[in-house]
Amino acid sequence: MNKNNTQRVDEAPIVLEARGITKQFPGVLANDRIDLTLRKGEILALLGENGAGKSTLMNILYGLYRPDAGEIWIKGEKVTLHSPGDAIERGIGMVHQHFQLVPVMTVAENVILGAEVTRTGGYIDKRAANRRVHELSEQYGLEIDPTVEVDDLPVGLQQRVEIIKALYRHADILILDEPTAVLTPQESNELFRIMHDLTEKGVSIIFITHKLKEVLAVADRIVVLRGGRSVGAALPAESTEASLAELMVGRKVILQVDKDEAHPGKKVLEIKNLKVLDDRKQLVVKDLSLEVHAGEILGVAGVQGNGQREFVEALTGLRSIVSGNIEIAGEDSTQFTPRAITELDVAHIPEDREKHGLVMPYSIADNMVLNRYYHKPFSNNAILNRQAIAENGTELVKKFDVRTPSIYTHAGNLSGGNKQKVIVAREFSRPVKLLIANQPTRGIDVGSIEFIHNQIVAQRDAGVAVLLVSAELDEILSLADRVAVMFDGHIVKTLPIEEATRERVGLLMAGSEA
Amino acid sequence: MELTASRRNGSISWLVKNKWLTLIAIIVTGSIIFAYATNDVVTIAVLARTIRESTPLILGALCGLLGERSGVVNIGIEGQMLIAAFIAFLANVYTGNLVLAIIIGALAGALLGAFLAFMAVTLKMDQIIGGTIINILAVGLTGYFYVAGLTTRGKLQPISLGPLADIPLIGPVLFKNPPITYLAIILVFVVHYVLFYTRWGLRTRAVGEHPSAADTVGINVYKVRYINVILGGAIAGLGGAYLTLEGVGSFERMMTNGRGFLALAILIFGKWTPFGAWGAALLFGFTYALQTQLQFWGVNLPPQFIGSMPYILTILVLAGFVGRSRAPAASGVPYEKG
Repeated sequence: MNKNNTQRVDEAPIVLEARGITKQFPGVLANDRIDLTLRKGEILALLGENGAGKSTLMNILYGLYRPDAGEIWIKGEKVTLHSPGDAIERGIGMVHQHFQLVPVMTVAENVILGAEVTRTGGYIDKRAANRRVHELSEQYGLEIDPTVEVDDLPVGLQQRVEIIKALYRHADILILDEPTAVLTPQESNELFRIMHDLTEKGVSIIFITHKLKEVLAVADRIVVLRGGRSVGAALPAESTEASLAELMVGRKVILQVDKDEAHPGKKVLEIKNLKVLDDRKQLVVKDLSLEVHAGEILGVAGVQGNGQREFVEALTGLRSIVSGNIEIAGEDSTQFTPRAITELDVAHIPEDREKHGLVMPYSIADNMVLNRYYHKPFSNNAILNRQAIAENGTELVKKFDVRTPSIYTHAGNLSGGNKQKVIVAREFSRPVKLLIANQPTRGIDVGSIEFIHNQIVAQRDAGVAVLLVSAELDEILSLADRVAVMFDGHIVKTLPIEEATRERVGLLMAGSEA
Repeated sequence: MELTASRRNGSISWLVKNKWLTLIAIIVTGSIIFAYATNDVVTIAVLARTIRESTPLILGALCGLLGERSGVVNIGIEGQMLIAAFIAFLANVYTGNLVLAIIIGALAGALLGAFLAFMAVTLKMDQIIGGTIINILAVGLTGYFYVAGLTTRGKLQPISLGPLADIPLIGPVLFKNPPITYLAIILVFVVHYVLFYTRWGLRTRAVGEHPSAADTVGINVYKVRYINVILGGAIAGLGGAYLTLEGVGSFERMMTNGRGFLALAILIFGKWTPFGAWGAALLFGFTYALQTQLQFWGVNLPPQFIGSMPYILTILVLAGFVGRSRAPAASGVPYEKG
């Protein structure tokens, strides 16, 4: 399918061309003389690690930033884009990584916002708006109810609203910024189907990602950015994951995690009949039991929203427990506070690194002692020892390869991968017995994923019990020694890794017994 | 056929969904009718006073509402009202033209609104501090420039709306009011319509909930905030003008007496909607009216206690409702582009 498409678009006219785009930010050259062409009806994948300049380039094409140098041509015409309004007018639509939707408004209200059709006095005919959205959804096969509040939609459908929003504005050039970062595998496949349907109807798509599998699956052409420069173009038929990763990172990358057989020791974590409520007071962890031994990685697989978040929060003391028992290293920690659990030598890599993992306005050095700042040498009789904290920061930044101008940089200014490295550095910088990692590599670049995976395996080999919770099946299958599948608040089955095939785990994740 | 059926279902399910509101409405209407049957003169007096006392409160709350719906918390309503009250008073003293005085009062409020918007939107200052500056400024300026002994030239008088004013109970309460009171009631409907049925309202709410979503579809976040805060300031200015031109008839130091802050409580109680705020303002207005009436009757309660009723109500309302009603998500957060 890809090949045919490629031939077809080769003759198609160029709809968008960027020539020599350059953008300097204080301290970084974000885009350095980048050239890019997009033909009608093709899917162009823009591949690159975090910080490679993808988002900057797209924000320039969408009129959010002005380039310092370079030209943009749209449909054969040289243009200057002063604002998103200019870009929209010329048929460019963008689906941002963080959705730009107002949660408390309906689908139709979000779609028309900024391009409302009004009667006298600015009156908005809501029924006409609903009808228009309905028409668009029929026309492009994007099923949605225009009258639902966006808040009540799952992430996959919210993304659909963003696409309809662009189509409503007659966009024929769509920029999708990391569209699969928040989607389940099923939702991603649905998105790819939609993307193909759209190209059939003459829409051209720029697809930004750092996921190699996806690029090979959907793109007609691939452009790779690294360090603000375009470092190569490729065709999916002539590329492999390894060759793309090498282009993207600039060196050979081992995608397969290299690990020996596990040597499980004594029981470190034992959970019995755990029941936990979510924020809406619904029971979401229902009678969950499992155990993790020293020196093994237990991977908890499952589609997001099956109680994993609440489960981990209960385990780490962040959420209260309805009933059940948690025992860590032989101690009943069911009613323990987060600090008491930390003191049991438990490391935690939380799901939401910006909310629970780091204090954004604090420096890297301060963030690196959050789990033990009250211990010597970091504090002395309640007075912080700045020097010890700085030394610790310098050492960990080096050891864990955190790319930062200084240890005093605010955590909030780091890229996703580097933020995660700061958390990993902090959690691994003291001896632990149990590591609880929830989505440790979500949304970060290949290089950082490789690094963090190796660190987790090293912990296991040092005798740490690892509980790895992830919605990325690939991550579970490549790291875990045993796989527990979570569905609807239960562990439906625990399999040794040899028996955990992709198909079998996939079926269990969908709730069918296998 | 189907449509009418579903609509009828809709209105019944609305009553079921808002059973508390329905219940309160029934109780309030019932007790008003009962009171009217028992003592019509006092009932009319109390209700008419409720409407008038609620006027500055609802005007203040509408000011806060426009600000917060677009993402700017306005804690300076008290100051805006106080300065506007003072300036409207001076305009009346020196020109003797009441209509001009109202307009000048509203303009003074709008100007302070522009000042708040400048601090909150352009300078991206902490909005609580910005509002506090206005409040302190108001106390200082009005206190400094106030000269005792200035006498007004006239006060706004009630206007009877012809035959409407002759309807028993409703007529004298609703249709025999001075102009700013009418204006306040009309503004409740206007703000509701604009906010929920027009393009401007949709954009305002979007800017208050998720400014970057508005920005990415080409809406000028700063402009929307400026205009809403300035319009809000003009409405608060009307509330101030009410105090000197319609309520009291002259200026006194600190005469707003916390009404600007009560307006914020009313805004929260009313869940950031004009009609909700109106209901809350009437409730507060009623406590004012009752307090006057109790003093008339010579009820043996310390006047300090009676006078503190609106504030006790505020504490109860805030304690009971703050957690449960939801402010616009971006309210109070300066917007940074990019």
